[in-house]
Amino acid sequence: MLDTLLPILIFSALALAAIGAVRRVRLWRQGRPSAVPLLKGLAALPRRYLVDLHHVVERDKVMSNTHVATAGGFVAAAVLMILVHGLGLANPILGGLLLAASATMFVGSCFVARRRRNPPARLSKGPWMRLPKSLMAFSVGVFLITLPTVGILPADAGHWLLALVLSALVVWGLGELVFGMAWGGPMKHAFAGALHLAFHRRAERFGEGNRSTGLKALDLEDEAAPLGVEKPADFTWNQLLGFDACVQCGRCEAVCPAFAAGQPLNPKKLIQDMVVGLAGGSDAKYAGSPHPSQGLGGKPVGEHFGAPHGPIVAPDPMTGGKALVDAETLWSCTTCRACVEECPMMIEHVDAIVDMRRHLTLERGQTPNKGAEVLDNLIATDNPGGFAPGSRLHWAADLDLPLIADLQQVDVLLWLGDGAFDMRNQRTLRALVKVLRAAEVDFAVLGNEERDSGDVARRLGDEATFQSLAKRNIATLSQYRFLRIVTCDPHSFHVLSNEYGELGGHYTVFHHSTFIAELYDAGRLAFAPWKGGKVTYHDPCYLGRYNGEYEAPRNVLKALGIEVKEMERSGFRSRCCGGGGGAPITDIPGERRIPDMRMNDVKESGAELVAVGCPQCTAMLEGVVDASAEVRDIAELVADALVMRPAGGAVDATRRPAGKTTAEEVI
Amino acid sequence: MQPEQQGIEVAVLVSVGRHPITGRARRADQDARGLELALGLERQLPGSRVSLLHAGPRGEESESALRGYLGMGLERLTLLEQAEGSDAIPALAEHLAAAAPQLVITGARAERGEGSGLLPYALAERLGWPLVNGLAAVESIENGVATLLQALPRGQRRRLKVRLPAIVSVDGATPVARQSAFGPARRAELVATSAPAEADRELAEWQLAPARKRPKRLKIIKAASARDRFKAAAAKAEGGGGQVLKGVSAEQGAEAILKLLNEEGVLR
Repeated sequence: MLDTLLPILIFSALALAAIGAVRRVRLWRQGRPSAVPLLKGLAALPRRYLVDLHHVVERDKVMSNTHVATAGGFVAAAVLMILVHGLGLANPILGGLLLAASATMFVGSCFVARRRRNPPARLSKGPWMRLPKSLMAFSVGVFLITLPTVGILPADAGHWLLALVLSALVVWGLGELVFGMAWGGPMKHAFAGALHLAFHRRAERFGEGNRSTGLKALDLEDEAAPLGVEKPADFTWNQLLGFDACVQCGRCEAVCPAFAAGQPLNPKKLIQDMVVGLAGGSDAKYAGSPHPSQGLGGKPVGEHFGAPHGPIVAPDPMTGGKALVDAETLWSCTTCRACVEECPMMIEHVDAIVDMRRHLTLERGQTPNKGAEVLDNLIATDNPGGFAPGSRLHWAADLDLPLIADLQQVDVLLWLGDGAFDMRNQRTLRALVKVLRAAEVDFAVLGNEERDSGDVARRLGDEATFQSLAKRNIATLSQYRFLRIVTCDPHSFHVLSNEYGELGGHYTVFHHSTFIAELYDAGRLAFAPWKGGKVTYHDPCYLGRYNGEYEAPRNVLKALGIEVKEMERSGFRSRCCGGGGGAPITDIPGERRIPDMRMNDVKESGAELVAVGCPQCTAMLEGVVDASAEVRDIAELVADALVMRPAGGAVDATRRPAGKTTAEEVI
Repeated sequence: MQPEQQGIEVAVLVSVGRHPITGRARRADQDARGLELALGLERQLPGSRVSLLHAGPRGEESESALRGYLGMGLERLTLLEQAEGSDAIPALAEHLAAAAPQLVITGARAERGEGSGLLPYALAERLGWPLVNGLAAVESIENGVATLLQALPRGQRRRLKVRLPAIVSVDGATPVARQSAFGPARRAELVATSAPAEADRELAEWQLAPARKRPKRLKIIKAASARDRFKAAAAKAEGGGGQVLKGVSAEQGAEAILKLLNEEGVLR
């Protein structure tokens, strides 16, 4: 009986899955076009899956092995089952392989079931809770019906009732794993995820050591092109596909600083909101942690709804209407990329958030709180604080900084950033100048010709102001000749090195920690031994996750004789200070402050001093009341430790021009 | 019973502003507040229509500044195109007389040009309409009569009833203008019509020089109680006294300054 029933079951499940797949593809195709090489993407799929994706999944060893066993077992079992039971190739070797595959899958699904017994809060419940049972049903069912094939059991063994039970198990398994994959069940992640990897919008991020973190520019010349994303269909089709790939593992939720602070953003829920939007309907079926809501235990599900061509954010904030997402959810993000770094499905949360912010700012003029004022200042004065552009060098009135306009050509262009207007960061800049002079670096500054890099404008969604600033900066930089740009601001660093390229500005940019590490290695700096207490290091998001620089700052600290007491969350898992993405400007209230949580991390490390490498981090961490540790920029630590180099220690002492100021005279 | 309120025609006169620090063209702060007031009226009185009016030359810089107003959510702006240095008043008066809005809103003074603050008065005189300056809010408009709230110094308010049509000017007492959005600003239309270009003869006779910051007199507060200190802090600085020295030698001038500084207690 099974011999006739099984092929029917298998092929009808496959046929239904094919219909579901076509429907799902049509949902994605509602998005705007995006040019990706389809065949090349499909060819790259195995490598992206087995290497890049697995690299992320592997951070959780148990889960990684569980997934390998379950998914690998399932794929093998499914293919073999089609051959053995579908096409009737009742070959003992194939049958044996099928037994092994389904047994492996069963072992994996036991681990899945174990994790589901007391699932951590970040995991979604609902249909996901039945997934281990479905996996077991499939593996057990397939295993048992295959036993006669290899001759372990006679073909007519057991009662017809047993055959019926086994078929029921197989039907359940096929329903969840084949039919459900294409019709929106938990297994959708396998189908959408595979295609998402193949047609990823940032193909350049795959491969060892590669990253792609710069935001994509809007085409402002084309007046018909939408300014950002108003409705789900305004995303590109592969972005929609990416949302659909979400496996709701909640790793993003676990690392999101805004979520931890009780601000109304849960990245996992946001991606699920987008899935609701692309399919149409309400979020009532969502079974994970909601967007936090101050003191109310989270925003209730079922009140937000959307459609592919309906607005994502309710148009009129005055009436308090609800759509798919509340604006405050989008403005809570600090663009720290912790979610993107952690996502095993390679979903680009930050791109999506900035796309939606662009619509709110450029089309609706609804940048919250101080956003509008900061953007107006950037337009009128080229800096977010509204300071007179001619006062950019006031902090250095006594330093006699060389201007590139006078020299025309230098080795190093020192990019000051808007920290030049901030009294705290001016101390860092003075320290950095002292270090550069001690190492006899041939450098100059743009001075009053420098403008804001456009970072804040861009993260606040004001692409027009970003491009205006960027184009003017690129025009200014094109007048001069320099080998590289050095800056103590990772935000400027990121924008200059990763985001100006699309607008025609290509530069070699160094963070000051990288540059100082290089100077030390070249023997151009000498330090007194460290006499202070314990030190930890806070990785700025825009230096670490955005640009992959984790080593140089640690090398500098090591050169200073400091042994870094690492915080639990450091390196690529570093927790944001709360200062990125214009978050201090839009200032969405939460239950805690992000910098307070970070200073608590510092306290737990036992450090008395936290070394930083970013003006934003300095401002945010120093703003913490009653902190247990001091905050110092790496440049300040280096400047304090400078001693005269031993004679002959300089690699290229001959380059030193006569009469150049020495470090001791500078400060 | 809900009083009968009908939508009205509002014309907002806008100028090209000038940023106080960089001098870049922008939407003028007071004019933008005037437009914000008008947009608030549109919400308050359904059926109202807001039109934007600017008289002046058309250039790249002024166009981007004018689009700043359009980015607040309007579809078009009527531009009475004039040559540089023309008098805006006759053109505006003629246009307003023909278009006949019930309420005209302007800023109290322009951020560039003469900035004398006389335009609303000159328009009111020409049109024969009442003028209310320093507007804080429009409370209601019923049967052609507007109930307005006028801002007086030190937070005081005065309620006025004015028969429409009328001209009102706003300064810092009305709500801050909403954000200007790039998309609507770019899409909106500048409807240019040529206007009578009457050269501003008076302006031609003026001498223009960069403004200098005027020195501020320091207040010496001699107060015994907290109440006196508060009164002194809330009071406006009063002038009076002082003397003008003319045709004196440098030594005499210096002596007079030294004497004053001693009297004021700056030197002791």
